[in-house]
Amino acid sequence: MTRTLFALIKRDLNLAWRQGGGALLGTVFFAVAVVLFPLGVGPEPNTLARIAAGVLWVAALLAAVVSLDRLFEADHDDGSLDGLALLPLPFSLVVAAKCLAHWLASLLPVVIISPFLGLMMRLEGDALGALVLALLLGTPGLSFIGAIGAALAVGLRRAGALLSLLVLPLYIPALIFGVAAVEAARMGLDPAPHLMLLFGATLFAVVIGTAAATAALKFDLE
Amino acid sequence: MADSLVASRVTARRGGRLVFRDLELAVVPGEAVILRGPNGAGKSTLLRLLAGLLRPETGDITRAGVAIADDPESHRADLHYIGHSLALKGILTAAENLVFWAEARGGDAADAASALAKTGATAFANLEVRRLSAGQQRRVSLARLFVSPATLWLLDEPTVTLDQAAVAALARNMAAHLAAGGMIVAATHVDLGLAGARVFEMAAARGDDEAAA
Repeated sequence: MTRTLFALIKRDLNLAWRQGGGALLGTVFFAVAVVLFPLGVGPEPNTLARIAAGVLWVAALLAAVVSLDRLFEADHDDGSLDGLALLPLPFSLVVAAKCLAHWLASLLPVVIISPFLGLMMRLEGDALGALVLALLLGTPGLSFIGAIGAALAVGLRRAGALLSLLVLPLYIPALIFGVAAVEAARMGLDPAPHLMLLFGATLFAVVIGTAAATAALKFDLE
Repeated sequence: MADSLVASRVTARRGGRLVFRDLELAVVPGEAVILRGPNGAGKSTLLRLLAGLLRPETGDITRAGVAIADDPESHRADLHYIGHSLALKGILTAAENLVFWAEARGGDAADAASALAKTGATAFANLEVRRLSAGQQRRVSLARLFVSPATLWLLDEPTVTLDQAAVAALARNMAAHLAAGGMIVAATHVDLGLAGARVFEMAAARGDDEAAA
């Protein structure tokens, strides 16, 4: 069973890197969106630091949505989804493995480059640490919640726009807790309570996202 | 019966349209059933039902006496389903595609290589699937039958785009599978010349009253 899931994650990562676009698109989108803010708002450090948490988190949410639309669509189009549904293990594990692969390929790079963009937005010290930690704890939930939208949108034309409408409202808890953690650290307070709430939201997303996406895909296979 | 696949009084409806009603079909080890019928008769639907990808509206499908809905995982572990779609990734090589399916089903790279050899796909194993011809892609897709041992093969038009030599090779592989105690249900219009293959005629569905059994 573990072997099957490893094989699936390995394949999805391989495909994401091979296609170039898939994996890096979200990360590049994240970087470009954040870089635009100092240009638009001006280089004044206090202003930038004040909006930094919100800007970085919103950019991360959008990066997640941008990279989600092919999560199940590609496997549906070429018939792989039938093969995946017929693997001898619960289909929900297959769905969860695909979500994990999406996070590793598309959102972990966002977490990795976030300190550089945080510095550019004039976040310092603890606030920068809180940002990275918050993104690390919060972004897995984005993949799993996003999977619900990606599964519902399988087979639809112009799924991208629909996907943002479906998924972005569900990202609000992660956004609120994630920004609160960074803000608390910036004010010299303890970000831990916010981080714990954020991670709680992520765990909730893992369970709900897997179950709902599995149900939606099963309906689609019928 | 040690292993058998039995569909009893199965009724299938897709998108509100009745596909067939009270269908009876039994397959035992060493037996091949060839589904025949006009387009829209429900051959693909039946294969998806037997795989467990679809659920019948009414009726039971059992494997070795156990309803497949009650133990889907052991049913799935012991079947290969090859549908119309290739289930291959164009940007991966044939070998990479097969290694994935082998690993996902508990095998390894060696299983993938020998599977490709069985369908005569070794020569282009290291080419990206999107660069292959339709027939070559089909050979790679059929190689999925050999990545792991499974008693039941469900094949939906497996010969489409294959050349004569490949069809003959497929028929030989199917005969060998039957000789080893395998079960095959295949929808095909090509005569594969399988000894002991039973033809199962499916009539066109004509609405609620006259659907075929």
